[in-house]
Amino acid sequence: MDWLLEPFELGLMRRALLASLLVGATCSLLGVYVVLRRMAFLSEAVAHTTLPGIVIAYFNKWNLLVGAVIAAVITAIGIGWLGRGQKLREDTAIGIVYSGMFALGIVMISSSKNFMDFTHMLVGNVLGVSTTDLWGIAVVCFIVCGSLWAFGKELLLTTVDPLHAETIGLSVQRMRYILLVLLALAVVTAIQAVGVVLTTALMVTPAATATLVTKRLKWVFIGSVAFSFISSITGWYVSYYFEVSAGGAIVLACTSLFGITYVAHRIGLIRGGSQVDPDESTQ
Amino acid sequence: MSSECCSENHLKLTQGAAECEHKLPPFPYGGRGHRDPQPSSSALDFQSLSVSYTRTHKKVVDDVSLTVSRGQRVALVGHNGAGKSTLLKAAAGLIRPDSGTIRVYGNNVGACHHRTAYLPQRSDVDWHFPITVNDLVMTGRYVHFGWFRRPRATDRQLVAASLDRLAISQLADRQIAELSGGQQQRALIARALVQQASLFLLDEPLNAVDESTRDIVDQVLSDHARIGGSVLVATHDLGRLSESFDVAVYLKSGRIESVEQLPGGRADFDAASRVNISDTAGQNVGEPSVRVLQGEQ
Repeated sequence: MDWLLEPFELGLMRRALLASLLVGATCSLLGVYVVLRRMAFLSEAVAHTTLPGIVIAYFNKWNLLVGAVIAAVITAIGIGWLGRGQKLREDTAIGIVYSGMFALGIVMISSSKNFMDFTHMLVGNVLGVSTTDLWGIAVVCFIVCGSLWAFGKELLLTTVDPLHAETIGLSVQRMRYILLVLLALAVVTAIQAVGVVLTTALMVTPAATATLVTKRLKWVFIGSVAFSFISSITGWYVSYYFEVSAGGAIVLACTSLFGITYVAHRIGLIRGGSQVDPDESTQ
Repeated sequence: MSSECCSENHLKLTQGAAECEHKLPPFPYGGRGHRDPQPSSSALDFQSLSVSYTRTHKKVVDDVSLTVSRGQRVALVGHNGAGKSTLLKAAAGLIRPDSGTIRVYGNNVGACHHRTAYLPQRSDVDWHFPITVNDLVMTGRYVHFGWFRRPRATDRQLVAASLDRLAISQLADRQIAELSGGQQQRALIARALVQQASLFLLDEPLNAVDESTRDIVDQVLSDHARIGGSVLVATHDLGRLSESFDVAVYLKSGRIESVEQLPGGRADFDAASRVNISDTAGQNVGEPSVRVLQGEQ
Protein backbone atom coordinates (compact mmCIF):
# COMPACT_ATOMS: atom_id res chain seq x y z
CA MET A 1 0.00 0.00 0.00
CA ASP A 2 2.94 2.31 0.49
CA TRP A 3 3.19 2.91 -3.22
CA LEU A 4 -0.31 4.37 -3.19
CA LEU A 5 0.56 6.90 -0.48
CA GLU A 6 4.10 7.72 -1.48
CA PRO A 7 3.25 10.49 -4.02
CA PHE A 8 1.24 12.31 -1.35
CA GLU A 9 4.41 13.01 0.61
CA LEU A 10 5.38 15.70 -1.88
CA GLY A 11 3.57 19.03 -1.70
CA LEU A 12 3.82 19.59 -5.44
CA MET A 13 2.22 16.20 -6.10
CA ARG A 14 -0.63 16.98 -3.73
CA ARG A 15 -1.21 20.32 -5.42
CA ALA A 16 -0.96 18.65 -8.83
CA LEU A 17 -3.60 16.08 -7.92
CA LEU A 18 -5.96 18.68 -6.53
CA ALA A 19 -5.45 20.85 -9.61
CA SER A 20 -6.06 17.87 -11.91
CA LEU A 21 -9.28 16.99 -10.12
CA LEU A 22 -10.59 20.58 -10.17
CA VAL A 23 -9.68 21.03 -13.81
CA GLY A 24 -11.14 17.62 -14.60
CA ALA A 25 -14.43 18.44 -12.89
CA THR A 26 -14.69 21.81 -14.67
CA CYS A 27 -13.90 20.48 -18.11
CA SER A 28 -15.84 17.25 -17.89
CA LEU A 29 -19.04 18.99 -16.75
CA LEU A 30 -18.81 21.64 -19.42
CA GLY A 31 -17.69 18.97 -21.85
CA VAL A 32 -21.13 17.36 -21.69
CA TYR A 33 -22.59 20.37 -23.48
CA VAL A 34 -19.56 20.62 -25.75
CA VAL A 35 -20.22 17.04 -26.90
CA LEU A 36 -24.00 17.26 -27.06
CA ARG A 37 -23.89 20.55 -28.97
CA ARG A 38 -21.14 19.26 -31.26
CA MET A 39 -18.73 22.00 -30.23
CA ALA A 40 -15.54 19.92 -29.98
CA PHE A 41 -13.89 21.81 -32.82
CA LEU A 42 -14.82 25.08 -31.15
CA SER A 43 -13.25 24.07 -27.84
CA GLU A 44 -10.10 23.09 -29.72
CA ALA A 45 -10.07 26.49 -31.40
CA VAL A 46 -10.57 28.41 -28.16
CA ALA A 47 -7.72 26.45 -26.57
CA HIS A 48 -5.31 27.24 -29.39
CA THR A 49 -6.23 30.87 -29.69
CA THR A 50 -5.17 31.55 -26.11
CA LEU A 51 -1.61 31.44 -27.35
CA PRO A 52 -1.28 35.07 -28.52
CA GLY A 53 -2.91 36.23 -25.28
CA ILE A 54 -0.32 34.33 -23.29
CA VAL A 55 2.53 35.75 -25.34
CA ILE A 56 1.25 39.33 -25.06
CA ALA A 57 0.86 38.88 -21.31
CA TYR A 58 4.42 37.56 -21.13
CA PHE A 59 5.86 40.53 -23.03
CA ASN A 60 3.99 42.94 -20.77
CA LYS A 61 4.86 41.01 -17.62
CA TRP A 62 1.21 40.33 -16.82
CA ASN A 63 -0.11 37.11 -15.39
CA LEU A 64 -0.03 34.69 -18.31
CA LEU A 65 -3.41 33.22 -17.40
CA VAL A 66 -5.04 36.63 -17.49
CA GLY A 67 -3.76 37.00 -21.05
CA ALA A 68 -5.10 33.56 -21.88
CA VAL A 69 -8.54 34.33 -20.43
CA ILE A 70 -8.83 37.59 -22.38
CA ALA A 71 -7.77 35.94 -25.66
CA ALA A 72 -10.10 32.99 -25.12
CA VAL A 73 -13.10 35.17 -24.32
CA ILE A 74 -12.43 37.43 -27.32
CA THR A 75 -12.13 34.38 -29.54
CA ALA A 76 -15.26 32.77 -28.19
CA ILE A 77 -17.32 35.91 -28.65
CA GLY A 78 -15.74 36.63 -32.04
CA ILE A 79 -16.61 33.19 -33.36
CA GLY A 80 -20.13 33.52 -32.01
CA TRP A 81 -20.50 36.90 -33.69
CA LEU A 82 -19.07 35.76 -37.03
CA GLY A 83 -21.25 32.67 -37.07
CA ARG A 84 -24.54 34.29 -36.10
CA GLY A 85 -25.49 36.05 -39.32
CA GLN A 86 -25.32 32.92 -41.46
CA LYS A 87 -22.95 34.75 -43.78
CA LEU A 88 -20.33 32.22 -42.81
CA ARG A 89 -20.79 28.65 -41.70
CA GLU A 90 -19.69 28.30 -38.13
CA ASP A 91 -16.97 25.75 -38.80
CA THR A 92 -15.56 28.11 -41.41
CA ALA A 93 -15.58 30.99 -38.92
CA ILE A 94 -13.86 28.77 -36.36
CA GLY A 95 -11.24 27.65 -38.84
CA ILE A 96 -10.41 31.22 -39.83
CA VAL A 97 -10.18 32.63 -36.29
CA TYR A 98 -8.45 29.54 -34.91
CA SER A 99 -5.64 29.34 -37.44
CA GLY A 100 -5.17 33.11 -37.57
CA MET A 101 -4.87 33.54 -33.81
CA PHE A 102 -2.60 30.51 -33.42
CA ALA A 103 -0.37 31.77 -36.21
CA LEU A 104 -0.19 35.14 -34.47
CA GLY A 105 0.93 33.37 -31.31
CA ILE A 106 3.61 31.41 -33.16
CA VAL A 107 4.95 34.54 -34.87
CA MET A 108 5.11 36.33 -31.53
CA ILE A 109 6.86 33.39 -29.88
CA SER A 110 9.37 33.18 -32.69
CA SER A 111 10.28 36.81 -32.07
CA SER A 112 10.96 35.99 -28.43
CA LYS A 113 14.37 34.76 -27.30
CA ASN A 114 12.87 32.68 -24.52
CA PHE A 115 10.90 30.06 -26.41
CA MET A 116 11.10 27.61 -23.49
CA ASP A 117 9.01 29.94 -21.33
CA PHE A 118 6.00 29.04 -23.45
CA THR A 119 6.50 25.30 -23.71
CA HIS A 120 4.71 24.59 -20.43
CA MET A 121 1.71 26.44 -21.81
CA LEU A 122 1.77 24.33 -24.94
CA VAL A 123 2.10 20.94 -23.23
CA GLY A 124 1.03 21.75 -19.67
CA ASN A 125 2.83 21.49 -16.36
CA VAL A 126 0.44 20.46 -13.65
CA LEU A 127 3.34 19.65 -11.33
CA GLY A 128 4.32 23.30 -11.41
CA VAL A 129 0.95 24.57 -10.12
CA SER A 130 1.40 26.97 -7.21
CA THR A 131 -1.02 27.52 -4.37
CA THR A 132 -2.08 30.80 -6.00
CA ASP A 133 -2.74 28.98 -9.28
CA LEU A 134 -4.75 26.43 -7.36
CA TRP A 135 -6.99 29.13 -5.94
CA GLY A 136 -7.49 30.53 -9.43
CA ILE A 137 -8.46 27.12 -10.73
CA ALA A 138 -10.85 26.63 -7.80
CA VAL A 139 -12.55 29.96 -8.49
CA VAL A 140 -13.02 29.10 -12.18
CA CYS A 141 -14.31 25.65 -11.21
CA PHE A 142 -16.85 27.28 -8.90
CA ILE A 143 -17.97 29.78 -11.56
CA VAL A 144 -18.35 27.13 -14.27
CA CYS A 145 -20.13 24.58 -12.06
CA GLY A 146 -22.37 27.27 -10.56
CA SER A 147 -23.28 28.60 -13.99
CA LEU A 148 -24.07 25.14 -15.32
CA TRP A 149 -26.34 24.61 -12.35
CA ALA A 150 -27.99 28.03 -12.61
CA PHE A 151 -28.50 27.92 -16.39
CA GLY A 152 -28.95 24.17 -16.71
CA LYS A 153 -32.51 24.20 -17.96
CA GLU A 154 -31.85 27.02 -20.40
CA LEU A 155 -28.80 25.24 -21.83
CA LEU A 156 -30.87 22.09 -22.12
CA LEU A 157 -33.72 23.78 -23.96
CA THR A 158 -31.56 25.78 -26.34
CA THR A 159 -29.78 22.55 -27.25
CA VAL A 160 -32.81 20.30 -27.66
CA ASP A 161 -35.22 22.73 -29.29
CA PRO A 162 -33.80 26.17 -30.04
CA LEU A 163 -36.95 27.25 -31.91
CA HIS A 164 -39.13 26.65 -28.87
CA ALA A 165 -36.60 28.54 -26.78
CA GLU A 166 -36.80 31.57 -29.07
CA THR A 167 -40.59 31.40 -29.12
CA ILE A 168 -40.76 31.77 -25.34
CA GLY A 169 -38.31 34.67 -25.37
CA LEU A 170 -35.17 32.74 -24.39
CA SER A 171 -32.38 33.96 -26.64
CA VAL A 172 -30.42 31.06 -28.11
CA GLN A 173 -27.59 33.42 -28.99
CA ARG A 174 -27.33 34.71 -25.44
CA MET A 175 -27.07 31.16 -24.08
CA ARG A 176 -24.45 30.41 -26.67
CA TYR A 177 -22.36 33.37 -25.54
CA ILE A 178 -22.67 32.26 -21.92
CA LEU A 179 -21.50 28.79 -22.89
CA LEU A 180 -18.62 30.19 -24.94
CA VAL A 181 -17.39 32.35 -22.07
CA LEU A 182 -17.58 29.39 -19.70
CA LEU A 183 -15.72 27.37 -22.29
CA ALA A 184 -13.00 29.99 -22.45
CA LEU A 185 -12.61 29.98 -18.66
CA ALA A 186 -12.48 26.19 -18.52
CA VAL A 187 -9.95 26.03 -21.32
CA VAL A 188 -7.64 28.37 -19.49
CA THR A 189 -7.65 26.21 -16.38
CA ALA A 190 -7.09 23.12 -18.48
CA ILE A 191 -4.07 24.70 -20.14
CA GLN A 192 -2.25 24.57 -16.80
CA ALA A 193 -2.87 20.87 -16.49
CA VAL A 194 -2.44 19.51 -19.99
CA GLY A 195 -1.44 22.51 -22.12
CA VAL A 196 -2.97 24.20 -25.12
CA VAL A 197 -2.57 21.19 -27.38
CA LEU A 198 -4.35 18.60 -25.24
CA THR A 199 -7.07 20.69 -23.62
CA THR A 200 -9.83 19.47 -25.90
CA ALA A 201 -9.23 15.92 -24.72
CA LEU A 202 -10.18 16.85 -21.15
CA MET A 203 -13.25 18.60 -22.47
CA VAL A 204 -14.50 16.00 -24.91
CA THR A 205 -13.26 12.52 -24.03
CA PRO A 206 -14.80 11.98 -20.55
CA ALA A 207 -18.16 13.37 -21.70
CA ALA A 208 -18.10 11.27 -24.87
CA THR A 209 -17.30 8.20 -22.77
CA ALA A 210 -20.21 8.94 -20.45
CA THR A 211 -22.66 9.25 -23.34
CA LEU A 212 -21.74 5.70 -24.33
CA VAL A 213 -22.63 4.43 -20.87
CA THR A 214 -25.89 6.15 -20.01
CA LYS A 215 -28.94 7.71 -21.64
CA ARG A 216 -29.81 10.04 -18.79
CA LEU A 217 -28.47 13.56 -18.73
CA LYS A 218 -27.89 13.55 -14.98
CA TRP A 219 -25.85 10.36 -15.26
CA VAL A 220 -23.97 11.68 -18.26
CA PHE A 221 -22.76 14.54 -16.05
CA ILE A 222 -21.92 12.19 -13.18
CA GLY A 223 -20.25 9.68 -15.48
CA SER A 224 -18.23 12.38 -17.20
CA VAL A 225 -16.84 13.65 -13.90
CA ALA A 226 -16.18 10.07 -12.72
CA PHE A 227 -14.23 9.20 -15.89
CA SER A 228 -12.32 12.43 -15.59
CA PHE A 229 -11.38 11.73 -11.95
CA ILE A 230 -10.29 8.17 -12.74
CA SER A 231 -8.13 9.49 -15.60
CA SER A 232 -6.63 12.25 -13.48
CA ILE A 233 -5.71 9.92 -10.63
CA THR A 234 -4.35 7.26 -13.00
CA GLY A 235 -2.33 9.82 -14.95
CA TRP A 236 -1.04 11.30 -11.71
CA TYR A 237 0.34 7.95 -10.50
CA VAL A 238 1.75 7.09 -13.92
CA SER A 239 3.45 10.47 -14.09
CA TYR A 240 5.02 9.95 -10.66
CA TYR A 241 6.26 6.41 -11.10
CA PHE A 242 7.26 6.50 -14.76
CA GLU A 243 8.48 10.10 -14.75
CA VAL A 244 6.45 11.10 -17.78
CA SER A 245 4.40 14.20 -18.56
CA ALA A 246 1.44 14.34 -16.18
CA GLY A 247 -0.78 16.09 -18.75
CA GLY A 248 0.02 13.51 -21.40
CA ALA A 249 -0.55 10.64 -18.96
CA ILE A 250 -3.93 12.06 -17.89
CA VAL A 251 -5.10 12.45 -21.49
CA LEU A 252 -3.86 8.96 -22.39
CA ALA A 253 -5.81 7.57 -19.44
CA CYS A 254 -8.92 9.43 -20.71
CA THR A 255 -8.42 8.01 -24.18
CA SER A 256 -7.86 4.48 -22.87
CA LEU A 257 -11.06 4.63 -20.84
CA PHE A 258 -12.94 5.81 -23.90
CA GLY A 259 -11.41 2.99 -25.99
CA ILE A 260 -12.39 0.32 -23.48
CA THR A 261 -15.91 1.75 -23.12
CA TYR A 262 -16.35 2.06 -26.86
CA VAL A 263 -15.38 -1.57 -27.44
CA ALA A 264 -17.67 -2.68 -24.62
CA HIS A 265 -20.47 -0.66 -26.18
CA ARG A 266 -19.88 -2.08 -29.64
CA ILE A 267 -19.91 -5.69 -28.48
CA GLY A 268 -23.06 -5.10 -26.43
CA LEU A 269 -21.67 -5.22 -22.90
CA ILE A 270 -22.92 -1.68 -22.32
CA ARG A 271 -26.26 -0.33 -23.49
CA GLY A 272 -25.75 3.35 -23.13
CA GLY A 273 -26.33 6.37 -25.35
CA SER A 274 -29.05 6.12 -27.90
CA GLN A 275 -28.22 4.38 -31.12
CA VAL A 276 -31.81 4.51 -32.29
CA ASP A 277 -32.71 6.63 -35.25
CA PRO A 278 -36.20 7.91 -34.49
CA ASP A 279 -37.18 7.83 -38.13
CA GLU A 280 -36.48 4.14 -38.22
CA SER A 281 -38.38 3.36 -35.05
CA THR A 282 -41.71 1.74 -35.21
CA GLN A 283 -44.82 2.58 -33.31
CA MET B 1 -49.51 46.23 -18.59
CA SER B 2 -49.86 43.77 -15.80
CA SER B 3 -47.78 41.41 -13.78
CA GLU B 4 -50.60 38.94 -14.07
CA CYS B 5 -49.98 37.14 -17.31
CA CYS B 6 -53.15 35.91 -18.90
CA SER B 7 -54.67 35.02 -15.57
CA GLU B 8 -57.86 33.79 -17.21
CA ASN B 9 -55.96 30.83 -18.46
CA HIS B 10 -55.95 27.81 -16.25
CA LEU B 11 -54.92 24.33 -17.05
CA LYS B 12 -56.91 21.85 -15.09
CA LEU B 13 -55.66 18.51 -16.17
CA THR B 14 -56.80 16.18 -13.48
CA GLN B 15 -59.85 16.16 -11.34
CA GLY B 16 -58.98 17.48 -7.93
CA ALA B 17 -55.67 18.95 -9.00
CA ALA B 18 -55.07 22.49 -7.95
CA GLU B 19 -55.57 24.97 -10.72
CA CYS B 20 -52.32 26.43 -11.91
CA GLU B 21 -52.64 30.15 -12.41
CA HIS B 22 -49.92 31.76 -14.43
CA LYS B 23 -48.13 34.80 -13.15
CA LEU B 24 -45.22 36.55 -14.73
CA PRO B 25 -42.14 34.86 -13.23
CA PRO B 26 -39.67 36.91 -11.15
CA PHE B 27 -37.07 36.81 -13.95
CA PRO B 28 -38.94 36.26 -17.23
CA TYR B 29 -36.99 35.30 -20.34
CA GLY B 30 -38.54 37.94 -22.52
CA GLY B 31 -38.25 40.81 -20.07
CA ARG B 32 -41.07 42.42 -18.18
CA GLY B 33 -42.79 44.06 -21.14
CA HIS B 34 -45.83 41.87 -20.86
CA ARG B 35 -49.27 42.74 -22.21
CA ASP B 36 -52.58 41.04 -21.63
CA PRO B 37 -54.77 40.20 -24.63
CA GLN B 38 -56.63 43.13 -26.13
CA PRO B 39 -60.39 42.94 -25.75
CA SER B 40 -62.20 42.04 -28.96
CA SER B 41 -58.97 41.01 -30.64
CA SER B 42 -58.59 37.97 -32.82
CA ALA B 43 -56.08 35.27 -31.89
CA LEU B 44 -53.81 36.00 -34.82
CA ASP B 45 -53.90 38.67 -37.44
CA PHE B 46 -51.56 39.07 -40.39
CA GLN B 47 -51.98 42.23 -42.42
CA SER B 48 -50.20 42.64 -45.77
CA LEU B 49 -47.38 40.43 -44.54
CA SER B 50 -44.32 39.93 -46.73
CA VAL B 51 -41.26 37.91 -45.77
CA SER B 52 -38.06 37.32 -47.77
CA TYR B 53 -35.07 35.09 -47.27
CA THR B 54 -32.11 37.11 -46.06
CA ARG B 55 -29.70 35.62 -48.55
CA THR B 56 -31.67 35.48 -51.77
CA HIS B 57 -34.16 38.29 -51.08
CA LYS B 58 -36.77 36.03 -52.66
CA LYS B 59 -40.22 36.61 -51.24
CA VAL B 60 -41.54 33.50 -49.54
CA VAL B 61 -44.63 35.23 -48.19
CA ASP B 62 -46.07 37.92 -50.38
CA ASP B 63 -48.71 40.37 -49.14
CA VAL B 64 -50.68 37.89 -47.04
CA SER B 65 -53.57 39.08 -44.88
CA LEU B 66 -55.18 36.48 -42.69
CA THR B 67 -57.12 36.53 -39.46
CA VAL B 68 -57.60 33.56 -37.18
CA SER B 69 -60.24 34.05 -34.53
CA ARG B 70 -60.45 32.59 -31.11
CA GLY B 71 -61.73 29.05 -31.11
CA GLN B 72 -60.86 28.40 -34.72
CA ARG B 73 -58.83 25.65 -36.38
CA VAL B 74 -57.23 26.76 -39.59
CA ALA B 75 -55.20 24.61 -41.97
CA LEU B 76 -52.51 26.15 -44.15
CA VAL B 77 -52.34 23.94 -47.19
CA GLY B 78 -49.77 24.05 -49.95
CA HIS B 79 -46.73 22.45 -51.50
CA ASN B 80 -43.20 22.87 -50.22
CA GLY B 81 -42.17 26.47 -50.66
CA ALA B 82 -45.74 27.77 -50.51
CA GLY B 83 -44.90 29.78 -47.39
CA LYS B 84 -46.71 27.73 -44.74
CA SER B 85 -43.78 27.27 -42.36
CA THR B 86 -42.67 30.86 -42.88
CA LEU B 87 -46.07 32.17 -41.82
CA LEU B 88 -45.98 30.05 -38.69
CA LYS B 89 -42.45 31.15 -37.83
CA ALA B 90 -43.38 34.77 -38.35
CA ALA B 91 -46.33 34.37 -35.98
CA ALA B 92 -44.00 32.75 -33.43
CA GLY B 93 -41.55 35.63 -33.67
CA LEU B 94 -38.81 33.51 -35.22
CA ILE B 95 -38.71 35.48 -38.47
CA ARG B 96 -38.93 39.21 -38.88
CA PRO B 97 -41.20 40.26 -41.75
CA ASP B 98 -40.10 42.73 -44.41
CA SER B 99 -43.39 44.55 -44.22
CA GLY B 100 -46.89 44.21 -42.85
CA THR B 101 -48.07 43.61 -39.32
CA ILE B 102 -48.62 40.61 -37.09
CA ARG B 103 -50.87 40.83 -34.08
CA VAL B 104 -51.29 38.07 -31.54
CA TYR B 105 -54.34 38.71 -29.39
CA GLY B 106 -54.12 42.33 -30.45
CA ASN B 107 -50.50 42.79 -29.34
CA ASN B 108 -47.14 42.60 -30.99
CA VAL B 109 -45.52 39.19 -31.30
CA GLY B 110 -43.79 38.30 -28.03
CA ALA B 111 -45.96 40.53 -25.86
CA CYS B 112 -47.00 37.43 -23.93
CA HIS B 113 -44.62 34.61 -24.66
CA HIS B 114 -46.55 31.86 -22.98
CA ARG B 115 -49.68 32.50 -25.03
CA THR B 116 -48.21 31.10 -28.26
CA ALA B 117 -47.00 27.52 -28.60
CA TYR B 118 -44.98 26.81 -31.71
CA LEU B 119 -44.40 23.18 -32.61
CA PRO B 120 -41.53 22.92 -35.07
CA GLN B 121 -41.14 20.21 -37.63
CA ARG B 122 -39.76 17.18 -35.84
CA SER B 123 -36.47 17.48 -37.68
CA ASP B 124 -35.81 20.77 -35.87
CA VAL B 125 -35.58 19.01 -32.51
CA ASP B 126 -32.42 17.20 -31.35
CA TRP B 127 -34.03 13.87 -30.57
CA HIS B 128 -30.70 12.33 -29.56
CA PHE B 129 -30.28 14.62 -26.58
CA PRO B 130 -30.22 12.39 -23.48
CA ILE B 131 -33.45 13.44 -21.79
CA THR B 132 -36.68 11.65 -21.09
CA VAL B 133 -40.11 12.36 -22.53
CA ASN B 134 -41.08 13.75 -19.14
CA ASP B 135 -38.18 16.24 -19.26
CA LEU B 136 -39.05 17.30 -22.79
CA VAL B 137 -42.66 17.98 -21.90
CA MET B 138 -41.52 19.88 -18.81
CA THR B 139 -39.72 22.37 -21.08
CA GLY B 140 -43.22 23.63 -21.92
CA ARG B 141 -43.37 25.01 -18.39
CA TYR B 142 -40.11 26.94 -18.71
CA VAL B 143 -41.84 30.08 -19.94
CA HIS B 144 -43.66 30.16 -16.62
CA PHE B 145 -40.44 29.60 -14.67
CA GLY B 146 -38.14 32.16 -16.25
CA TRP B 147 -34.56 32.26 -15.07
CA PHE B 148 -33.53 30.28 -11.99
CA ARG B 149 -36.91 28.80 -11.02
CA ARG B 150 -37.16 25.01 -10.91
CA PRO B 151 -40.13 22.70 -11.47
CA ARG B 152 -42.48 22.26 -8.55
CA ALA B 153 -44.97 19.57 -7.65
CA THR B 154 -47.80 21.32 -9.52
CA ASP B 155 -45.66 21.49 -12.66
CA ARG B 156 -44.96 17.78 -12.43
CA GLN B 157 -48.68 17.11 -12.00
CA LEU B 158 -49.44 19.12 -15.12
CA VAL B 159 -46.84 17.22 -17.10
CA ALA B 160 -48.17 13.87 -15.91
CA ALA B 161 -51.74 14.84 -16.80
CA SER B 162 -50.68 16.13 -20.19
CA LEU B 163 -48.83 12.91 -20.99
CA ASP B 164 -51.94 11.05 -19.98
CA ARG B 165 -54.07 13.23 -22.25
CA LEU B 166 -51.85 12.30 -25.19
CA ALA B 167 -51.82 8.62 -24.12
CA ILE B 168 -48.06 8.47 -23.66
CA SER B 169 -47.85 8.19 -19.86
CA GLN B 170 -46.13 4.86 -20.23
CA LEU B 171 -43.33 6.58 -22.15
CA ALA B 172 -42.65 9.24 -19.52
CA ASP B 173 -39.28 7.85 -18.49
CA ARG B 174 -38.21 6.82 -21.94
CA GLN B 175 -35.33 8.49 -23.78
CA ILE B 176 -36.75 10.79 -26.47
CA ALA B 177 -34.54 9.14 -29.09
CA GLU B 178 -36.49 5.92 -28.59
CA LEU B 179 -39.81 7.42 -29.66
CA SER B 180 -41.48 6.77 -32.97
CA GLY B 181 -42.50 9.71 -35.15
CA GLY B 182 -46.04 9.64 -33.82
CA GLN B 183 -44.88 9.46 -30.22
CA GLN B 184 -42.55 12.38 -30.80
CA GLN B 185 -45.44 14.44 -32.12
CA ARG B 186 -47.60 13.54 -29.15
CA ALA B 187 -44.80 14.59 -26.80
CA LEU B 188 -44.53 17.98 -28.53
CA ILE B 189 -48.28 18.53 -28.29
CA ALA B 190 -48.18 17.50 -24.64
CA ARG B 191 -45.56 20.20 -24.19
CA ALA B 192 -47.85 22.78 -25.80
CA LEU B 193 -50.63 21.79 -23.41
CA VAL B 194 -48.50 22.25 -20.30
CA GLN B 195 -47.40 25.60 -21.66
CA GLN B 196 -51.04 26.66 -21.28
CA ALA B 197 -50.85 28.36 -24.64
CA SER B 198 -53.96 29.71 -26.30
CA LEU B 199 -52.64 29.83 -29.86
CA PHE B 200 -51.11 26.65 -31.26
CA LEU B 201 -48.88 26.98 -34.32
CA LEU B 202 -48.12 23.51 -35.64
CA ASP B 203 -45.76 22.78 -38.49
CA GLU B 204 -46.65 19.53 -40.23
CA PRO B 205 -47.76 17.74 -37.05
CA LEU B 206 -49.41 14.90 -38.94
CA ASN B 207 -46.59 14.20 -41.32
CA ALA B 208 -45.74 10.47 -41.31
CA VAL B 209 -47.56 9.61 -38.11
CA ASP B 210 -49.81 6.64 -37.40
CA GLU B 211 -53.62 6.71 -37.41
CA SER B 212 -53.99 6.51 -33.65
CA THR B 213 -51.76 9.56 -33.25
CA ARG B 214 -53.85 11.43 -35.83
CA ASP B 215 -57.00 10.58 -33.92
CA ILE B 216 -55.57 11.78 -30.62
CA VAL B 217 -54.07 14.94 -32.08
CA ASP B 218 -57.36 15.74 -33.82
CA GLN B 219 -59.25 15.28 -30.60
CA VAL B 220 -56.85 17.40 -28.56
CA LEU B 221 -56.93 20.22 -31.11
CA SER B 222 -60.70 20.02 -31.36
CA ASP B 223 -61.02 20.24 -27.57
CA HIS B 224 -58.59 23.13 -27.55
CA ALA B 225 -60.66 25.05 -30.10
CA ARG B 226 -63.94 24.24 -28.39
CA ILE B 227 -62.83 25.98 -25.22
CA GLY B 228 -61.62 29.08 -27.03
CA GLY B 229 -58.09 28.20 -28.10
CA SER B 230 -56.98 28.70 -31.69
CA VAL B 231 -55.00 26.44 -33.97
CA LEU B 232 -53.04 27.21 -37.13
CA VAL B 233 -51.56 24.14 -38.76
CA ALA B 234 -49.32 23.74 -41.79
CA THR B 235 -50.21 20.49 -43.48
CA HIS B 236 -49.82 18.44 -46.61
CA ASP B 237 -52.48 16.05 -45.49
CA LEU B 238 -55.64 16.70 -47.51
CA GLY B 239 -57.36 13.51 -46.41
CA ARG B 240 -58.57 14.76 -43.06
CA LEU B 241 -59.03 18.43 -43.73
CA SER B 242 -62.77 18.50 -43.34
CA GLU B 243 -62.69 16.40 -40.18
CA SER B 244 -59.91 18.25 -38.46
CA PHE B 245 -60.30 21.90 -39.39
CA ASP B 246 -62.87 24.63 -39.72
CA VAL B 247 -61.17 26.43 -42.55
CA ALA B 248 -58.51 25.59 -45.12
CA VAL B 249 -56.30 28.34 -46.52
CA TYR B 250 -54.58 27.30 -49.73
CA LEU B 251 -51.20 28.89 -50.32
CA LYS B 252 -49.21 28.99 -53.51
CA SER B 253 -45.87 30.71 -54.01
CA GLY B 254 -46.28 32.76 -50.86
CA ARG B 255 -49.75 34.04 -51.65
CA ILE B 256 -53.22 32.98 -50.55
CA GLU B 257 -54.78 31.19 -53.48
CA SER B 258 -58.16 30.44 -51.92
CA VAL B 259 -59.98 30.01 -48.66
CA GLU B 260 -62.44 27.21 -48.08
CA GLN B 261 -64.87 26.81 -45.25
CA LEU B 262 -64.83 23.10 -44.58
CA PRO B 263 -68.04 21.14 -44.29
CA GLY B 264 -66.86 19.36 -41.14
CA GLY B 265 -66.05 22.67 -39.50
CA ARG B 266 -67.78 23.61 -36.33
CA ALA B 267 -71.33 24.66 -36.97
CA ASP B 268 -71.25 27.30 -34.27
CA PHE B 269 -68.47 29.15 -36.05
CA ASP B 270 -68.92 31.35 -39.04
CA ALA B 271 -65.61 30.65 -40.66
CA ALA B 272 -66.09 33.15 -43.43
CA SER B 273 -66.12 35.99 -40.98
CA ARG B 274 -63.03 34.76 -39.25
CA VAL B 275 -60.58 34.06 -42.00
CA ASN B 276 -60.31 37.04 -44.20
CA ILE B 277 -58.05 37.74 -47.05
CA SER B 278 -59.27 41.29 -47.06
CA ASP B 279 -58.36 43.92 -44.54
CA THR B 280 -60.90 42.90 -41.95
CA ALA B 281 -60.38 42.60 -38.24
CA GLY B 282 -61.18 39.27 -36.62
CA GLN B 283 -64.38 38.80 -34.72
CA ASN B 284 -64.33 38.62 -31.01
CA VAL B 285 -65.74 35.46 -29.53
CA GLY B 286 -65.07 36.50 -25.97
CA GLU B 287 -62.21 35.95 -23.62
CA PRO B 288 -60.80 32.45 -23.90
CA SER B 289 -60.85 30.25 -20.88
CA VAL B 290 -58.41 27.58 -21.85
CA ARG B 291 -59.07 24.41 -19.99
CA VAL B 292 -57.96 20.98 -20.94
CA LEU B 293 -60.02 18.65 -18.88
CA GLN B 294 -59.07 15.10 -18.34
CA GLY B 295 -61.12 12.92 -20.63
CA GLU B 296 -63.01 15.88 -21.98
CA GLN B 297 -64.51 15.10 -25.34
